[in-house]
Amino acid sequence: MRYYLDFEKKLEPYERRLNEIKKFYTLDDPRYNKEVQSIKRKIAKIEKEIYGELTNWQRSQLSRHVNRPHTLDYVEHLFTDFIELKGDRKFKDDPAIVAGFASFEEKNIAVVGHQKGKDIREMAYRNFGMSHPEGYRKAVRVMDMANRWGKPIITFVDTPGAFPGIGAEERGQAEAIATSIEFMFTLTVPVITVVIGEGGSGGALAIGVGNAILMLENATYSVISPEGCAAILWRDGSKAPLAAEALKPTAHDLYKLNVIDEVIKEPFGGAHRNWQETFNNLKPVLSRYLKDFAKKNGDELKALRYEKFRKMGVFEEK
Amino acid sequence: MIFFGKKKEKKPHKEIDIKKEIKKAEKEESLWIKCSSCQELLYIKEVERNQHICLKCEYHFPISVENRIKLTFDEGSFNELFGSIGPVDFLKFKDTKSYKARLEETQEQVKRPDAVVCGHGKINGIDVLTAIFDFSFMGGSLGSVVGEKITRTLEAGAEKRLPVIIFCASGGARMQEGIMSLMQMSKVSGAIYRLKSTKMPYISVLTDPTLGGVTASMGMLGDIIIAEPKAMIGFAGPRVIKETIKEELPQGFQRAEYLLEHGMIDMIVSRKELKRQLSTLLKLILS
Repeated sequence: MRYYLDFEKKLEPYERRLNEIKKFYTLDDPRYNKEVQSIKRKIAKIEKEIYGELTNWQRSQLSRHVNRPHTLDYVEHLFTDFIELKGDRKFKDDPAIVAGFASFEEKNIAVVGHQKGKDIREMAYRNFGMSHPEGYRKAVRVMDMANRWGKPIITFVDTPGAFPGIGAEERGQAEAIATSIEFMFTLTVPVITVVIGEGGSGGALAIGVGNAILMLENATYSVISPEGCAAILWRDGSKAPLAAEALKPTAHDLYKLNVIDEVIKEPFGGAHRNWQETFNNLKPVLSRYLKDFAKKNGDELKALRYEKFRKMGVFEEK
Repeated sequence: MIFFGKKKEKKPHKEIDIKKEIKKAEKEESLWIKCSSCQELLYIKEVERNQHICLKCEYHFPISVENRIKLTFDEGSFNELFGSIGPVDFLKFKDTKSYKARLEETQEQVKRPDAVVCGHGKINGIDVLTAIFDFSFMGGSLGSVVGEKITRTLEAGAEKRLPVIIFCASGGARMQEGIMSLMQMSKVSGAIYRLKSTKMPYISVLTDPTLGGVTASMGMLGDIIIAEPKAMIGFAGPRVIKETIKEELPQGFQRAEYLLEHGMIDMIVSRKELKRQLSTLLKLILS
């Protein structure tokens, strides 16, 4: 089921009509050729109008679009032989984070990522990608194996944030996040982080300490959601669009601030408009970084990762 | 994020008159202070004499950095470090007020460039490096300056082979610095790992309140974690949790005692005992 954000709604009737035609005939059926051509022109025009200059708030919404590819979609389309590993060996398995080993272009790698859901049932099962402490502990467990076995780690960030709940706090949400962040500094294998959707605060950073941080064009990465920020600083959640401008959470903003290494281009209108194009854009970049990092030894990788984060921060010294 | 929370009818909460009276008293009469844990109305002078500890429930009120130094370090042994680092409004962040204006106003009020004081001092003769949060500076929030100063302190600890103690008091990350405030969590955590790899201990002391990104980095990474009695310690704030799950929170939730019971911290130490406890610990570890 295709979902349309408010500002995308104009597209809906035209795309629905196209789908109807597609369902019973083909798009090049001569009986419908004229109509199809005219609809396509209209869609192109609307696309230009609504996606031409996206505001930060619109990008924030796009970053959470239900139809965007999620971690397991990247795993399915970019990797082969994926074997998922579950559980933190302490309390439970947290489906909001998936982890395992797979093969990428003949190279064996470990993968860790937040997993949101596609439909309401999966969303509930995955807790909307909001992890409990067990998710980060599972991530650490898999990253530890990868480190010992010399497998590069690819992490996919896509979460509204860590889950604010009683159980999560009781079982050490803060400890689990802190430990995962600290643990990532000990790794002697290459770590590549890709922010594919929503990079929500500490929950995102917990698996985000990469040698390289890549970000999809319409992904966001922020210390707090625009809604949360608006609720605190403006005391009014509806001021989220203003907060989104102020927080500067988009890929281009973060690139300017030297927080991320590269912005991955998305298809016009966003990753949800064309998955394959998104995968095709990411694949060569991942491949390039893996090749570059393969030339470095473990200590270099560890030191480079430290230096990378060490430089972050803007201040003045008198 | 409210999707499947159990709906519970909100009980109409009837304000007791005495509370109103207390509030009134608080506003009009600065001689009195209300304990934020047991709600007891206390005479300020008496609380001050008791090292800012509630006389009824042992709740530890936040104290100033100067007080903390006096309580913890040998007289005259404290030397401030990295005091010349100051904040910049690099995002040109503006909510109802610009970050720049907010900073200037707070600096004027608190007489400090940012929310942390770092330094070198002696605890019963033992050399340590320390960072002390100032909650009165924008809620002790973690921004670039706090992150940088603490990182330098930890790096100095690794280089000079000195233990590091961080006294946390913070509402979390500083939103006005956007993504950079989040990145301070990783920067500091990396430096903690470096310190630990030199076999030097890192001790965190969690005071009321320690929340958000500060807990989820330096707060919970202590080799040894000490909390002050009744300190509020957590990742998500209690209000956010309550709004998300639509349930009442358990008694004493996110207080130091609750964390101790759940295995999240090593001990709860009264302010009056803290110096002695720290020096004993350091002696056991270092010699």
